[in-house]
Amino acid sequence: MTQEKTQARQPFVGRPLPRREDRRLLTGRGQYIADLVLPGMLHAVFVRSQVPHACIRAVDLSRAASAPGVVYVLSGLDLLKLLPPVSDTQLSLPRKWTATVQHQFHNPQQPLLAHDKVRHVGEAIAVIVAESRYAAEDAAELVEVDLEPLPPVVDAERALAADSPLLHDRFRTNLIGEFAIGKGNMEAALAAAPRRLKRRFYHHRYMASPMECRGVVGLHDARTDTITIWSSTQVVHWVRREAAMVLRLPEARIRCVALDVGGGFGIKGHVYPEDLLIPFVARAVGAPVRWIEDRHEHLMCSCHSRDQIHDVEVGFDDDGRILAFRDEFIFDCGAWNPIGAGIAYNTAVHLPGPYKLDTFSVRSRIASTNKVPNAPYRGAGRPEATFATERMMDLVAREVGRDPAEVRRLNMIKPEEMPYHVQLPYRDGEPIVYDSGNYLGGLEKALAALGGVEAFRERQRKARAEGRHLGLGIGTYVEGTGVGPFESATVRIDPSGKIYVASGACPQGQGMETIFAQMVADAWSVDPDDVIIALADTSAISTGFGTIASRSTVTVSAAIHHASEPLREKVFAVAANMLECAASDLELRQGSVGIVGVPGAAVSLAQVAQAARPGWDHSRPDGVDAGLESTYYFVPPTVTWAYATHAAIVDVDVALGRIKIEKYVIAHDCGVVVNPMLVEGQIIGGAAQGLGGALLEELTYDAEGQLLSASFMDYMLPTASDIPDFHLVHQHSPSPLNPLGVKGVGEGGAIAPPVVIANAVSDALSPYKVEFNATPIKPEQIVRAAGLVTAREP
Amino acid sequence: MKPARFDYHSPTSVDEALALLQQHANDVRLLAGGQSLVPMMNFRLVAPGVVVDLNRIPELAYITDRGNVVHIGAMTRQRAAEFSPIIGEKVPLLREAIKLVGHLPTRSRGTIGGSIAHADPSAEIPMVFQALEGEAVARGPRGERTIKAEEFFRDALTTSLAPDEMLVEVRLPAMPPGAGFAVEEFARRHGDFAIAAIAAVVVRDGARCCKARLATAGISSCPVRLRAAEQVLEAEGLGESAVARAAEVAADAVEPLADHNASAEFRRHLTRVLTGRALLSAVARAA
Amino acid sequence: MAQLVDVHLKVNGKPYVGQCEPRKLLADFLREDLGLTGTHVGCEHGICGACTILFNGEAARSCIMLAVQASGAELVTIEGLAKNGKLHPLQQAFHENHGLQCGFCTPGMLMAALDFLRVNPSPSEEEVREGISSVLCRCTGYRDIVRSVMAAAAAMRSETTREPAK
Repeated sequence: MTQEKTQARQPFVGRPLPRREDRRLLTGRGQYIADLVLPGMLHAVFVRSQVPHACIRAVDLSRAASAPGVVYVLSGLDLLKLLPPVSDTQLSLPRKWTATVQHQFHNPQQPLLAHDKVRHVGEAIAVIVAESRYAAEDAAELVEVDLEPLPPVVDAERALAADSPLLHDRFRTNLIGEFAIGKGNMEAALAAAPRRLKRRFYHHRYMASPMECRGVVGLHDARTDTITIWSSTQVVHWVRREAAMVLRLPEARIRCVALDVGGGFGIKGHVYPEDLLIPFVARAVGAPVRWIEDRHEHLMCSCHSRDQIHDVEVGFDDDGRILAFRDEFIFDCGAWNPIGAGIAYNTAVHLPGPYKLDTFSVRSRIASTNKVPNAPYRGAGRPEATFATERMMDLVAREVGRDPAEVRRLNMIKPEEMPYHVQLPYRDGEPIVYDSGNYLGGLEKALAALGGVEAFRERQRKARAEGRHLGLGIGTYVEGTGVGPFESATVRIDPSGKIYVASGACPQGQGMETIFAQMVADAWSVDPDDVIIALADTSAISTGFGTIASRSTVTVSAAIHHASEPLREKVFAVAANMLECAASDLELRQGSVGIVGVPGAAVSLAQVAQAARPGWDHSRPDGVDAGLESTYYFVPPTVTWAYATHAAIVDVDVALGRIKIEKYVIAHDCGVVVNPMLVEGQIIGGAAQGLGGALLEELTYDAEGQLLSASFMDYMLPTASDIPDFHLVHQHSPSPLNPLGVKGVGEGGAIAPPVVIANAVSDALSPYKVEFNATPIKPEQIVRAAGLVTAREP
Repeated sequence: MKPARFDYHSPTSVDEALALLQQHANDVRLLAGGQSLVPMMNFRLVAPGVVVDLNRIPELAYITDRGNVVHIGAMTRQRAAEFSPIIGEKVPLLREAIKLVGHLPTRSRGTIGGSIAHADPSAEIPMVFQALEGEAVARGPRGERTIKAEEFFRDALTTSLAPDEMLVEVRLPAMPPGAGFAVEEFARRHGDFAIAAIAAVVVRDGARCCKARLATAGISSCPVRLRAAEQVLEAEGLGESAVARAAEVAADAVEPLADHNASAEFRRHLTRVLTGRALLSAVARAA
Repeated sequence: MAQLVDVHLKVNGKPYVGQCEPRKLLADFLREDLGLTGTHVGCEHGICGACTILFNGEAARSCIMLAVQASGAELVTIEGLAKNGKLHPLQQAFHENHGLQCGFCTPGMLMAALDFLRVNPSPSEEEVREGISSVLCRCTGYRDIVRSVMAAAAAMRSETTREPAK
């Protein structure tokens, strides 16, 4: 018998493995919600308000009901007779938070169909179900809605004025949320500061707009009285929980599944009325019902994001050291508030960034307006915070006559000061501790990748002499990732010896099937191909949270790790029994369990699974129960902090207002990297969305509350020609808060680009003494800033 | 977003199409490339009772070199024109502008005649039609007639075509050999409609300018010729200061639109800048 | 009684016959009547490019074509790219270079890229960026798509040079 040397396995974590998802997606064999075909399936269309604010006097569905092919019609008024309004659909805040943070919230509960008022253009008033989408749309045109228009309010500050039209009359105000946090004595610190500066910053309204719109299919199985909901969602367990309340069924009788999801970015990260109404209607009609959102709908009823006004005041010294930072901001949450204070509070705690701020205060007011509701979109409040803070850094630098890079260096937390206690609570209620990272290192790497600030300033001087406008912009942030409350994982050894893992995570293109397989392959010494991953299905695992907030890599990896530990012990106990050795003599190797140092002495995982079965002829030792399955709910101690510096050089053609991005670098740190190819994809994808928000994407309402950007003609997404190549630099500060040492990376790319562009363009145009303190930054603004357009139209 | 129901006809001859146009008068739309019409129908912004599909009339798609004039059938695909050696040789300004029209997949279907007849103020092909002093051939129950480019466009999305007429051919005079030409466009993204665009053709004789033609897109409700600016060049030549003056005159002459894309002042400013840049390029290319 | 039209066409080399209302969009006809759900609908107003297919060899947006217009035509959709289980060089390159994340734009991106490479088999990166700007992607930020197309172009060029001269 030949002596086989146990070969040292190269870990799969860390490798740029191509994805297992690709095969089906590349060949047109993916299955998205619109691809699902069920026998007898009917098609739903929503009748949506074309006015921003009105009392609903009557909804006449009679002509629609008798239109060809129509099977069922329902208005909000009808629905009220069938269902009470749905209870709280918000992300709840833990007691630890509510006990420590000064706050006040009203909770407007959005009905599944509007019945008393319509509160934004696009709000659903009625639903029509017909044999085809075409027929349903024909019938929808026949619905007559009697609306008594009310004056709309589309400006958050106006909404907070005493005489503003009210959206939710019972609150007698449009101020539906308010909170404040801080540390230090702000008044004293500001008064004592040698210098002060006050500015308003505005980060405008834009949205995720994934390439796949939303969609829901509902099916009631009469035999078992169970309901299946397929939804293009990021939160299947949450949908099920809400559906249980609406449908008055136990969760065990409801299954929610997300098939292939064509992008989410947060917009699909909460429960929408359609998620609940469609299954309700399906049960009412006794046939599967399908609703596929079209793009025009998407722009006027899937949640918008950003839309914050910040009034910031800083006190600083002559070197540019920030002594006090105060922010009062208004968050325009639109007509409803599905995520409560989630985004606004994210903004608040991300304002300090990677800087030392002894005295800090932020007050936030959440205002209701006649616009689409505001919900998280990649970054979820962090881009707005970073915009305010990083613009302020540049303005302070200009005041004291120092380079913006220099002022950042001065204020940054040093590596030796880590872990750094910020002395503010995160939204999980835990005190914020920046656990690991080298912010100065990241800044230096980014600037070096740009060729260095000195060299750039020299080029800039020369260019100015030739009438060209080069600018350098920096945007630095820290990001709390991997937030709780928990995520689930079940690990099971399949009779084949393959490893089955189920989790509550819900992918939308991140490559979770691949990266989780890499982790499990390392944990169990198998091939990634021998790992079966089940995600986004409430039948696969009974409890889960879902994928939002850059949390799944962190929380699922830890849940898999912790689920695997007791399971491994059990596997070893059984294997030890089979091999007649001590469990401590054993190791996992290549799909088997073997005695350390004895290559031939091993049993395969399949054999162990067989041996562990219940009933006759098992090989379990005494005291070891049957079955090889373990479920764990990982509760993160708190968030773990990723960070990055983005920096760019721009060349601004002031005659046309065109911005050419000469180079854009990203120095980022997400701890241990599971799959570098996928991590880069996330960063670049996020950065492209950030640039879209900075330059092109804009949701505009006119004074009458009409949404002017209701198609892709007006809501401009960046194309490949609009996005530069990105230069990535990596740092790795492993997280001490989870077994793998990972940090989240899904959102980060989108956080800094808007302020990078604002800073770069402000720098390029500094001879004109203009500031770009709002987004988007558009060509006409640049041309006017350069004084090239004179108002002489009659 | 699905279109409303309509009755569909796909005639195989122009006469058949014209008969349908007459028969259904106010409730009919001609379907050419569909790149503008079908999106509007999907939004139900238009809901014609009758759609007449022109795509099965082979006699309408051709590019013919008639020496001094290029004859282009109305249903010629933009893509075919883009890669046509005749277009490239005789009216290269058109090829230059077509590259800015949408994207290759839209040009696979969009037609030369469709773009001109649709008369979107921001479209590039009507601008070229103006700049090259083209002629439109219209056919209707009263027979065939030619309409000069300068008389073709009335207002945004409105032409001189009578409701019972259809555009069958576009004629473009061949550009003089050695003519310099350029298109300068300002759009938010590559392939978007022009917020402002200038097409320039110059023919030089030493320092003199024998002929200058300038036309706009996106700036006003119709593509217009910038005659005053042309006259400056034909009088003063093609030097830098003449070009600058022509650009000023062009900016003064236009009646710019104001919309959510750009204010009137900005369009006027763009007229000046783009005219200047287009002329500099065209002059550099002129033999 | 709604007017119905006959549609006879070839998709991926296979003949199909269908009947539908003339207003039925080609994208819907492919997906619903022919069961070819690989072609996706992203906007229904001809801007996002997710619905791009090859129509008589040229890329076209199927959401703004009527199904009846495809009668007599030969179409290639995403389902027709791979041959006998073997991935097309474009598909292979996208896989190796992470040219897709959620996959929703991918069929349209691949068909647009295929047409683009036939017209320009040796593109620069700039030209690829411009060439694929007809399809919107929200996930990748385009860098890895550009890399994929460049890699595919190289692979396809070397495949062509290996073919014997005709």
